[in-house]
Amino acid sequence: MISVKNISKFFDGLKALDGVTFDVERGESCAIIGPSGCGKSTLLLIMAGILEPSEGEVRVDGRKVNTPLRNAALILQDFGLFPWKTVYDNVALGLRLRGVDRETERKKVKELLKKFGLLGFEKAYPKQLSGGMKQRVAIARAIAIEPQILLMDEPLSSLDALSREEMQNFLLNLWKETGTTMVLVTHSIEEAVFLGKKIIVLTERPGRVKAVVENNEVGDESYRQEEVFFERCKLLRRIIKATL
Amino acid sequence: MQTPETNYKGYFVTLLSLLLLWGVASYIISNPALPNPVDVLALMLSRRELLSHTAVSLLRVIYSLALALSLAFPAGIFSREKVVDTAVSPIIYLLYPIPHIVLLPLYILIFGIGDLSRVLLIATILFFQIAVTTRDAAKQVSEYYVYSILSLGASKFDVYRHVIIPAVMPKIMTALRISIGTAIAVLFFAESFATTSGLGYLIIDSWSRADYKMMYAAITTMALLGFILYVIVESVERRVCRWL
Ligand SMILES: Nc1ncnc2c1ncn2[C@@H]1O[C@H](COP(=O)(O)OP(=O)(O)OP(=O)(O)O)[C@@H](O)[C@H]1O
Ligand SMILES: [Mg+2]
Repeated sequence: MISVKNISKFFDGLKALDGVTFDVERGESCAIIGPSGCGKSTLLLIMAGILEPSEGEVRVDGRKVNTPLRNAALILQDFGLFPWKTVYDNVALGLRLRGVDRETERKKVKELLKKFGLLGFEKAYPKQLSGGMKQRVAIARAIAIEPQILLMDEPLSSLDALSREEMQNFLLNLWKETGTTMVLVTHSIEEAVFLGKKIIVLTERPGRVKAVVENNEVGDESYRQEEVFFERCKLLRRIIKATL
Repeated sequence: MQTPETNYKGYFVTLLSLLLLWGVASYIISNPALPNPVDVLALMLSRRELLSHTAVSLLRVIYSLALALSLAFPAGIFSREKVVDTAVSPIIYLLYPIPHIVLLPLYILIFGIGDLSRVLLIATILFFQIAVTTRDAAKQVSEYYVYSILSLGASKFDVYRHVIIPAVMPKIMTALRISIGTAIAVLFFAESFATTSGLGYLIIDSWSRADYKMMYAAITTMALLGFILYVIVESVERRVCRWL
């Protein structure tokens, strides 16, 4: 379980987060939504143990987080891939840092590249890929290390509508199959409702928790077509627009 | 991007035009102070002493480059660490703007009139050029790249190996290319004084003996030396920075 307790963050005088508190159960999926600049990326970095909060603490399974989480993978907004590494080396990096042997590494990476339709691009550099392909590489790299916690910062933002739905389905199935705890930052209301069993709505900067929306119906690709889904989207839109 | 082949063709055409221009000018002026290029080239190919002076100069440049790079690279890279930065930055900032070329007499007093004082002079000047560039480049590497690799379980060593060093490589190669020009210029100065070897000495010596053909042969060789080193660095750059 990830437990975010009363997190505040200052950047020399600027308050980015203000007393953010919420829990994510083990194996649960959680979407974080909020206006641009409200501290979502900062919050994710704090949860991953990479940034230190100014106040408050994050606990994972009861243990206070103060170094980068070992069992978590983080997909960052724009700097996920290393431009100086090929697609293969990018995907393999996490495995290599963990000292996995080359044979296992090759098998694993090939399997992932195949799964993401990236075979044949092993030797390409990120700048030769489309935005969507880059994001697929970033996701492949994150799940290569089979993390128990997957933290994602707008991982699907540069995909076209159809491949976006495809990747949403992929993440949904990944979540169901592996029981990974997922935290997803998104700007899209539909995406939050489709993927987040729990949806955290943040206020404008400094980010505070405006509402926590339970969304227990998630779990099936067909959810997108259901009445509840549309109702939930409407509700979420209302909450986001509401001034406190 | 230009392919190497068209590049070489361009070099060749330029070289021929320069020689042609030189030939025409020497024909029109018809003064022993501007000998004709054919005579100079013939001399370059026939005189053994030119070769030994070239070898001495080449070694001096290579030693200086190696010495400067091996000190400036770590000093620049590790400036990301607060401890190193507080130690190194003041030194660089106080000593960088001083014209280091005036150190030659001092170096000769301390290190003698041999190769050492000349190599140290060139290395001193190159050190500052490379260190300042590397330091600025290392500091500009986005924190987000570092966050990204930390989340994959990287150690401090991994951060340098997989992020900082590859990210600053293009800037270092540029600094190296600029350094070659500087190195040759300083080489001429360092060899024009209290020595009897090297191309710089040969230029000054043949100048004072009014042996203009030899003087031009030495000047041309020095230019060629710079050009060849430049081409080598460029081809290393293409190899190292394939991702650009
Ligand atoms: N390292 C930093 N130094 C100073 N200020 C920062 C730093 N990182 C973030 N900020 C500031 O903190 C605030 C929150 O930034 P953050 O990137 O977390 O927002 P966000 O919600 O992810 O925005 P977006 O939706 O646009 O990605 C912003 O005002 C930003 O300028
Ligand atoms: Mg963000």
